[in-house]
Amino acid sequence: MKLSRNAIGWLNTIPLLAVLIPFFVVPILVVLMASFMQTDGFGGMFMDFTLSNYAGIFTSSLTYSLYYETIKFAVLTLIFSSVIGFWVAYFLVFHVRNPLIAMGLFLVCTVPFWTSNIIRMISWIPLLGKEGLINRALLELGLINHPLEFLLYSSFAVVVAYVHQLTIFMIVPIFNSMARIDKRIIEAALDAGASRLDIMRLIILPMSKSGIALGAIFVVSIVMGDFFVVKVMSGGGSASVVGAFYEDVGVLQYPNAAASAVVLTVLVMLMVALILRIVNIRREIAR
Amino acid sequence: MTKATKHSKISRRNFLKAGAAVAGAAAGSGTITGFPTIWAQEIKDIELRHVGVSYSVVKAIGDQAAKDLGFKVTMQNLDTSAAINRFITQPDTVDICDLEGWQAKLAAKRGVIQGIEAKKIKQFDNFLPIFTKGELNGVKIANEGISPYAALYLEKKDSTELHKGMADWLTNVPQVYNADSIGYRPDLVDHPVTEWKDLIDPKYKGKAAILDVPAIGIMDAALCMESAGLIKYGDKGNMTREEIDKTIDKLIELKRAGHFRATWTTFDQSVQLMAAGEVVIQSMWSPAVAAVRVKQIPCVYAPVNKKDGKEGYRGWCNGMGLMKHLTGKKLEAAYEYMNWYLEGWQGAFVSRYGYYSPVPSTAKKFMTATEWAYWYEGKPAPEGITDPFGVPMEKAGTVRDGGSFSDRVTNISCWNTLMDEAAYMNKRWNDFKVA
Repeated sequence: MKLSRNAIGWLNTIPLLAVLIPFFVVPILVVLMASFMQTDGFGGMFMDFTLSNYAGIFTSSLTYSLYYETIKFAVLTLIFSSVIGFWVAYFLVFHVRNPLIAMGLFLVCTVPFWTSNIIRMISWIPLLGKEGLINRALLELGLINHPLEFLLYSSFAVVVAYVHQLTIFMIVPIFNSMARIDKRIIEAALDAGASRLDIMRLIILPMSKSGIALGAIFVVSIVMGDFFVVKVMSGGGSASVVGAFYEDVGVLQYPNAAASAVVLTVLVMLMVALILRIVNIRREIAR
Repeated sequence: MTKATKHSKISRRNFLKAGAAVAGAAAGSGTITGFPTIWAQEIKDIELRHVGVSYSVVKAIGDQAAKDLGFKVTMQNLDTSAAINRFITQPDTVDICDLEGWQAKLAAKRGVIQGIEAKKIKQFDNFLPIFTKGELNGVKIANEGISPYAALYLEKKDSTELHKGMADWLTNVPQVYNADSIGYRPDLVDHPVTEWKDLIDPKYKGKAAILDVPAIGIMDAALCMESAGLIKYGDKGNMTREEIDKTIDKLIELKRAGHFRATWTTFDQSVQLMAAGEVVIQSMWSPAVAAVRVKQIPCVYAPVNKKDGKEGYRGWCNGMGLMKHLTGKKLEAAYEYMNWYLEGWQGAFVSRYGYYSPVPSTAKKFMTATEWAYWYEGKPAPEGITDPFGVPMEKAGTVRDGGSFSDRVTNISCWNTLMDEAAYMNKRWNDFKVA
């Protein structure tokens, strides 16, 4: 028996579909349906098509404040993690001559990730607190008179924790795309009289774009979908989109929470689409 | 109902054993070698899943129950909101649900629990009247919010609405409760705190924290506002939109002025905030105050006795509910399990954490005279007090903050609840969070 090219293609996608349909598509559809339902306020839901859940979201100033906060964290985290990730990857690929050492150092980057997210986040608290290591050191050195309060339970602390957690998601894809840059191109550029800055600007940066874009997708979608880091590191002083609808679920306001979840999903998809628009990952990877 | 209990000399367990034995004999073996063996055979495959919050559903208690009763008990912990969601959306994955009063109301309404027959609860007559009649030593217990008494009764086994006044069916069997107030550092706060308004006093700007669980955080906030004379409430346990707005607006004002260093959601966070010197005053739970003191850091639990219609503790109570799917032997085992809770071992265990047992008369049997004097009578401890793991906690002569059991419980002014305007309140609470 000979299968057509088309049929083979479909067969190849079956494993992926077998995972995506029951664990992603179906739940999303359920949430989508719930977002158009009504509730009796005690966890009961009944099918009576309504747009009031969405109307409530778009007319509430709370929604905009929440998105402002969450997007602010996503953008800040994206900037810091991509700058740090880029330089770490650059160092590993172009400055460490021995590929074995480069690989070893690359693995060292992952060491902090052998512990859980939560532990990594919480370990910042004794460091950044009012009576934490940094404040104590600064006080004893006489550089400050009062402990710096902005270090912990602030937006600063949230961004620190996110950058710490997510930079690895930048390093890996950027490392991968940089490692595939042919070193001879750079030698040729040097021979042709290009400055280091030109090499960075005209060769390395454009050729690492796909890595940066992939990393950005990870970082943006993780930050947008997180509420725990914000809750702990801001000391409850800031809220997040997910945190807000998690609390809706807590008081059994399912349709409201579902509508918020749908809005967030659409927004994150748009953000990912925008990133893909800027960098054509498929073409870059096929290269 | 009460009479029936007194007359039934055969305990449930003996009855079951006998029943099992008869069944065994009827099966034709003819040789009855020992009833307990047969009972053990019948129950050894039973597993009860008790699900609820960590301070109420405790593994050590489940292990002891399993040891004493001979069947398997699995304790699973979830936070308050995850727990009620689990009970409602996946009722079949739970056998015993641990419920607060407001959760009992919701679970009944959703039809996921079955009524508990009061006369099958052996210690029912020894329950403190706080639960059964809403009073203690003749003093009416506050009913703002949803009190354990208000959430206790159902008219029939499958009623979906709570019943006002006494009845033969229960939504839950209360097992642990307490009165919450403020914790503070006596070395950093210059006077003894007895009023909630100190929590929002500008003196403690940047050094105060509040509980960030909207449903109960708002009540702590309301107690502060009421105490400071800023807002008057009809019912702090069920606020109107206007009252919610005023309370949240004031909270936002305080937050913008930098009053709150942080907010906390878990027991550990509150201990951490206080122990690390981040805050000097915050709404706090009694065992959390004890946990700070174990670290050799002075911390006091403020006695906020009611006065002039203000102040008072915020009370909470957790009880065990029976999920609707329980039948037959598993249901019998669940009754056994609930009855075991009230026999004293568990009561003594939770008392050492600073919580209370609804049947102190049995808990007393499992406590030393020293522990009883300290935890319940509010007397100076005749000897040193240790925590549940034997770590020394208080020196001899120490008096428990807030005094005796009856002093504390009769000064509860509102109970944990879910307000009618919960959805609106939640939204406003998030306004406070992002402000």
